[in-house]
Amino acid sequence: MTAAFFILAALTVAGTAAAMGLRNAVHCVLALTVGFAGVAALYLQLGAQFVGLTQIMVYVGAVAILAVFAIMMTHKPGEDQPRIFSSHWVVGGVVAAAVFSVLAWAISSSGTANQFPPPEPSVTVLAIGDSLMHTYVLPLELMGLLLTAALIGAVVIAMDRREETK
Amino acid sequence: MVGNGILKGLIETARNFFGSYVSKPRLTTVQYPEQREPQIEATRNFPFLVFDGPDWHAGMRCVACQICEKECPPKCIFIEKSKDKKPDAVGKPQAYPAVFNIDISVCMSCQICVEVCPFDAIKMDVEYDLPTDDRFAGLLFDKQRLSKSNEYYNRIHPTEAGAIDARFAEERAKAKATADAKAAAAAAAAAPQPQPAGEQK
Amino acid sequence: MTQMLDQIFVTAKLWLMGYIPAAAKPLASAILSVVPVLIAFPLLFAITTWLERKGLGRIQNRLGPNRTGPFGLLQPIADAIKSLTKEDIVPLRADHAVHFLAPVLLVLASFLGYAVLPIGRNMVIVNLDAGVLYFFAAGSVVELAVFMAGWSSRSKYSLLGAMRAIAQMISYEVPLVLASVVVIMQAGSLSTVAIVEKQTGYTGIFPHWFVFTPWGFVGFALFMIAATAESNRSPFDLPEGESEIIAGYYIEYSGFKFALFFLGEYLGMFATSGMAITLFLGGWTAPVSFLTWIPSYIWFFTKLVTLIAVFIWIRGTLPRLRMDQLMNLAWEFILPMALLNMLVAGVWHFMPSGILRWLVCTAIVATPCVLFSARLKRKKRLQVRTYIFAD
Repeated sequence: MTAAFFILAALTVAGTAAAMGLRNAVHCVLALTVGFAGVAALYLQLGAQFVGLTQIMVYVGAVAILAVFAIMMTHKPGEDQPRIFSSHWVVGGVVAAAVFSVLAWAISSSGTANQFPPPEPSVTVLAIGDSLMHTYVLPLELMGLLLTAALIGAVVIAMDRREETK
Repeated sequence: MVGNGILKGLIETARNFFGSYVSKPRLTTVQYPEQREPQIEATRNFPFLVFDGPDWHAGMRCVACQICEKECPPKCIFIEKSKDKKPDAVGKPQAYPAVFNIDISVCMSCQICVEVCPFDAIKMDVEYDLPTDDRFAGLLFDKQRLSKSNEYYNRIHPTEAGAIDARFAEERAKAKATADAKAAAAAAAAAPQPQPAGEQK
Repeated sequence: MTQMLDQIFVTAKLWLMGYIPAAAKPLASAILSVVPVLIAFPLLFAITTWLERKGLGRIQNRLGPNRTGPFGLLQPIADAIKSLTKEDIVPLRADHAVHFLAPVLLVLASFLGYAVLPIGRNMVIVNLDAGVLYFFAAGSVVELAVFMAGWSSRSKYSLLGAMRAIAQMISYEVPLVLASVVVIMQAGSLSTVAIVEKQTGYTGIFPHWFVFTPWGFVGFALFMIAATAESNRSPFDLPEGESEIIAGYYIEYSGFKFALFFLGEYLGMFATSGMAITLFLGGWTAPVSFLTWIPSYIWFFTKLVTLIAVFIWIRGTLPRLRMDQLMNLAWEFILPMALLNMLVAGVWHFMPSGILRWLVCTAIVATPCVLFSARLKRKKRLQVRTYIFAD
């Protein structure tokens, strides 16, 4: 429970609360990205390098970009919002409180969270790669197959237009 | 082979880069105003008035015939004839321009004034460095500003000036020859009765 | 003596750390490591702008700037003064908060990548176990900054430029990472320091750099092409080409924010070049064994300046690629070549060392290139053009 943890936790909570409460969709996505970055920093602070860096690369670098692309293509820019915060923050707050209570109960009733001092993380990138290639090779191959199917599907959808006009 | 064109392009630009330090065709920049491009002889910009001899006013070839003023297409020449006369380049008393202004903001360098002048008095100058901060009075050149010597004319357009000087010299020689012949004839005719006055030169 | 010169920055830092009380040691250590990078690379940026203008000028048969100071050396200072004193114009309907934060985020993300580059022997800011992964993670934040810049200006041109720029950056990030995966496969580690350590041997006078292997050479070429596209440099500068879309996503920026975008872009270029040097060109090692007495950081910066000169050379040579040509190149040529390169690296690893594996690997890598050029040389049948939107 160092100062770094509190700062990062405050950043994450503030980011996600803003993502819930802001009105402008782009501002929400950017605030959510701050929340993602806060979570990644928390992972790094715990010593889980691979997870933290992959969190940045996947969430900030890909998921956030996906969200902003979706907004860019569908949203009409230039709507002036008179108020900054949306009117649904009460419902959002209730849902967030419910999820938080469930997660907190689950974590506090598990064994590892109550050990003090917390056990040193012994997972390095080498160990992750090892287990991916030996223990979890079947899920890895299935994920690869799934991703290839998604890629081919995207190419087919994009290519359809060219076939039509021939 | 893939990438062949890119390699050829890269070699060419490398040759440009290193060649620009050693060969002139690969660095064609002329750093104005320290360096100037050489001009050909037929360069022209705005007109000037030619004068012979040391005095710009006494030796001015222009006799204010106003042909150039009438022929100028944009009417940029303003001439006022003088009331008195002065001897011209060959000695005959002629009028001279009291006011001779050219507005170079109007002048289009068409050279028609030069082509129609019967006295070879107005010629085209090559000077292009004419900045001024007054766009009305600064661009209206008067008689004195426009007058430049025949030596200057020989420097900027040697062939033309040489031809004109040769023609003038020839005319003067011919005039002198006829005058001498007349004088000799008059002297011969008047030999028995010499007349002290009325000798024509 | 050369050892002392080589480690002069490390010893200076240790000496300074001796004067700092124990409580402040971690913070002071971090600051002392970071500040030289914060000074050196913007200085290199200033030198690069001068180098670029003079270099491009000479390539294009003209002088570069030569009036500000001798040989125009004070031109970067003149540019800095100009960008600081220019009026900062923000469009009325722009999103002011996001508009302000976009260049800040860009420069921040660009600076973050320098934390894992080993600039000399024992001279890396932080030796992360997953250093290469950290570098690419920091690089992927740049796209978000580009989006912020394009969206917040609320202008059609900037939005279009931002979409193109993000699409280009995402498409070239995959070949960039795949081209570096071969090095990780061979070095067996994600740590940049370990990768450079693997390239420190010499056979005769030739170094063990990864670029001198078939898979390393192809990987280096692909990495450089992807790096050129990632930092929006010619010939991939359609999102910011002046004759195309007049500065694209930073069209509404002026003065110092524009200079920050410029800085961020060049810093990204230096960081990716630095990573290329670390992965393929042996980091801070000398190119020949009898020149190892020259300090390691001198070698790193020499290689960096050489790569920058190559970037400038390519900028002066090649015409700009159109958007669809750019994307086709990424997905149809560079990505398959990167995947093939990974196969070649695997073959190289498992074959016994000798001339045979050189021949086999070179053959595998050269075949698609030869086939591609043969296909390009064949006469194309012209298709009947159909227009989708204009009728």
